[in-house]
Amino acid sequence: MSVSNTDALTGSFTREAFEAHLARVRHLPAWWLERKRAAYERFAALPMPGRTDEGWRFSKLGGLTLEGFALPPAIRLDQMAHRELGVTGAGHIVLANNRLVAREIVAPDLLRQGVIFDSLQNALLQHGDLVRAHLLAQPSKLGSDKFAALHEAFLEDGAFIHVPKNVEVALPLGIFHYASGAGAAVFPHTLVVADDNARVTIADLFLTAKPTQTPAPGPEAQFACGGHDLYAGHGAQVTYLAMQDWSRETLSFQFDAKVVRRDARVLSLNLHAGARQARHESFSQLQAPGAHSEMLALTVAHGTQEFDQRTLQIHQAPNTSSNLLYKNALLDQAKTIFSGLIVVDPDAQKTDAYQSNRNLMLSEEAEAHSLPGLEIQANDVRCTHGATSARIDREQEFYLESRGIKPAQAQELLVFGFFEEVLGKVEHAQLHDALTDIIREKFKAG
Amino acid sequence: MKPPTEIDAAEMTANPVAGIDQTKGDFKYDVKYDFDAGTGLNETTVRYISTVKKEAPWLLEFRLKALETFRKKPLPTHWATKDLENINFDKIRYYLSQGQKPKRTWDEVPDDIKHTFERLGIPEQERKFLAGVEAQFDSEAAYSNIKDIVAKQGVIFMNSTEALREHPEIFRKWFGKVIPTSDNKFSALNSAVFSGGSFIYVPPGVKVAQPLQAYFRINAENFGQFERTLIIADEGAEVVYMEGCTAPKFSTSTLHSAVVELVALKGAKIQYITVQNWANNVFNLVTKRGLAHEDAEIKWIDCNIGSRLTMKYPGVVLKGERARGEVLSIALANDGQHQDTGAKMIHAANNTTSNIIAKSISVGQGRSTYRGVVHIPKHLKGCKNNTECDALLINTNSRTDTYPAISVKGDRNATQHEASVSKVNEDMIFYMQSRGLTEAQAMSLAVNGFINDLARQFPMEYSVELKRLIDLEMEGSVG
Repeated sequence: MSVSNTDALTGSFTREAFEAHLARVRHLPAWWLERKRAAYERFAALPMPGRTDEGWRFSKLGGLTLEGFALPPAIRLDQMAHRELGVTGAGHIVLANNRLVAREIVAPDLLRQGVIFDSLQNALLQHGDLVRAHLLAQPSKLGSDKFAALHEAFLEDGAFIHVPKNVEVALPLGIFHYASGAGAAVFPHTLVVADDNARVTIADLFLTAKPTQTPAPGPEAQFACGGHDLYAGHGAQVTYLAMQDWSRETLSFQFDAKVVRRDARVLSLNLHAGARQARHESFSQLQAPGAHSEMLALTVAHGTQEFDQRTLQIHQAPNTSSNLLYKNALLDQAKTIFSGLIVVDPDAQKTDAYQSNRNLMLSEEAEAHSLPGLEIQANDVRCTHGATSARIDREQEFYLESRGIKPAQAQELLVFGFFEEVLGKVEHAQLHDALTDIIREKFKAG
Repeated sequence: MKPPTEIDAAEMTANPVAGIDQTKGDFKYDVKYDFDAGTGLNETTVRYISTVKKEAPWLLEFRLKALETFRKKPLPTHWATKDLENINFDKIRYYLSQGQKPKRTWDEVPDDIKHTFERLGIPEQERKFLAGVEAQFDSEAAYSNIKDIVAKQGVIFMNSTEALREHPEIFRKWFGKVIPTSDNKFSALNSAVFSGGSFIYVPPGVKVAQPLQAYFRINAENFGQFERTLIIADEGAEVVYMEGCTAPKFSTSTLHSAVVELVALKGAKIQYITVQNWANNVFNLVTKRGLAHEDAEIKWIDCNIGSRLTMKYPGVVLKGERARGEVLSIALANDGQHQDTGAKMIHAANNTTSNIIAKSISVGQGRSTYRGVVHIPKHLKGCKNNTECDALLINTNSRTDTYPAISVKGDRNATQHEASVSKVNEDMIFYMQSRGLTEAQAMSLAVNGFINDLARQFPMEYSVELKRLIDLEMEGSVG
């Protein structure tokens, strides 16, 4: 069978598949459909990443195939094992196979305060202007233009959170994105708009659905291409936790864009556990004085998993600060790539930026790449970065084992000790527990 | 402190630091060239160079192959600066020579060339210090003096042409082996048209007491200099090599593209010191790499002050167990300059260690970049790397970048990398001013303090020269 050039560029995401998808969302605003069409054209025209693309240095390009995936059929909530993981406080939204399957608002005063917590489709219909101003409004700067365009083209539904001025949502909001079935292609998206002085905590989970009855059929190859937009208005405080635990055969892309305004504080934490090959791009813009962004990530890499994390933090105004800490624990033949860049624009004096990547090597065959970068164009700044790769302290290991703790357990304990610096920054006890649970399960599954 | 925007231009320039001759290095003499390959590069140029140098057929073959590689290789602009596209390869002279036989004694050196050396401030008595002076004037060594003592120890110290002609049995084995022709576009270019440079062989167990030294300079408009250096330290040998560059200023771009290969056999030690101060129109694109065998040690001390664009990442391939590699790097970028420097450490044996310390200073609109590679492949154990990069930004519009790449495999190795960017401490400047120093003097002192722990490792005369160069560069940078 001959494969034409276009097919090589689009894989399973052919023009026919796109038209079929468009037909399903034709009730959405015209501007959005127009943007999707333009996005598809970009996706179809852009080449796949190549060997000389700096944005893909060290990545396994052979694993990026787009073949063998399809937009999956709908699935009901009762057809899969849904666990709350204790993350839902004020309410939750569940999306499965690109469709909304459940929405519940628990906190009674949420709606009275004007908080919008709904599906992206409903938001597009009811709050079009707000969505339009923020949805995928930031450029793709970290190398995945093609896949970001694919995401925009096929994005069917997601979650939308809008917290109005001065409103504080005390309990976390939970969002679950499920993929179900072999070959399923999902395009999750979460859009968070926190107006001036708003406060909100969000837990965003990316999971492969396990069927309720028949025994799990083993890892299924899936395709996930999602992301979030996060806008923190003046003085807003947003805590955003993402937990990715796709099936071990999944190819995953995650594109995050954060905009932090005057005196706003954003804390984001990404937990990476699942997928065969997962690329995470995080783009933070500190746009006004006093903005602060805390970017945290934890990765547990087993087997032959590859986690490819690329970050860009741009300081666009004076007196902004950012702190990035990415910790990876590597087992077996796993591979991680961290490529970060701090950019300080010419006028952004008094910037305080930190970037750190710590790799804990737990096997002889694990492989860690660190590319911590700086581009500084202002002189009155304090910018530092650090990267280390090393094994567990032998003395600590020996001590634990001398106390009768088995090596595997000792290793797990020490990994939690290594992660605690990040986990400790999560204030909500339930969210802290949810993170710990996923990490613990990962160790159990091996 | 005044807001940066209020500094006016007059104030910027009227800030002399006492005792420095600003016109140093800023001159040119008419020299009649006996051999001139014309401008542009093609097969005829390469054949011409080879014929003039009376080279063996294998070397011509080597050059022609390299030319082919050079033509095929693209410029590395997918990661490097686009400024590289401003090099006009057709306008460059690839070979010039005064004559074929290097001069043996100082008396034989033509007066006008001696004059050039004097203007550059190479003191007469300093020569007594140096084991041998291999001063390259344009592409051929104009003056070559190996002190008896070095020759008596069996050390071979000559230019590339002579060495490949007289001692092919020693040099051919390693020539082009540490840095293959196809390593990058500019190593290929050098391999095609190289001339001059030093070839050194130190026999087993010989420790060369004094540093060997060579000065390189460019003295013809549009004239690229492509010297080739190969240093082989046999088992247990030790040698220190120093290379200094100053060049007259010209209006059109000049290209300097050297290849330096070091081979440290078992237990040998090589230290290679460079002070680079090319004029601000020179593209300085140099490939430097060392191969360290078992228990060997290679240390690059690299100081870049001049040029329009420098791209230079001295590397060490740690091939034998317990080999050690070190790069100490100082870069100073002033207006219109881009110092893109760094280091490469390729670990290829167990228990190898490497250390990189890089300090950069950006003045005015200067841009300094650290780019590094640390690679520890699978199945090695006990490898360690330490990298520290510190950048100092002097003015509000100065720029610095850091792009390290660290790859570690396995749990039996350890790497650490740290980088920081800061400006000169205001309290420090205030304190010095309160003690009667001018702001410029205080700034100069602070910058010298910033690099002091590295500069201390330089031989005496170099650290003095370095301090003077920094004072010179800091002039007019504050106001």
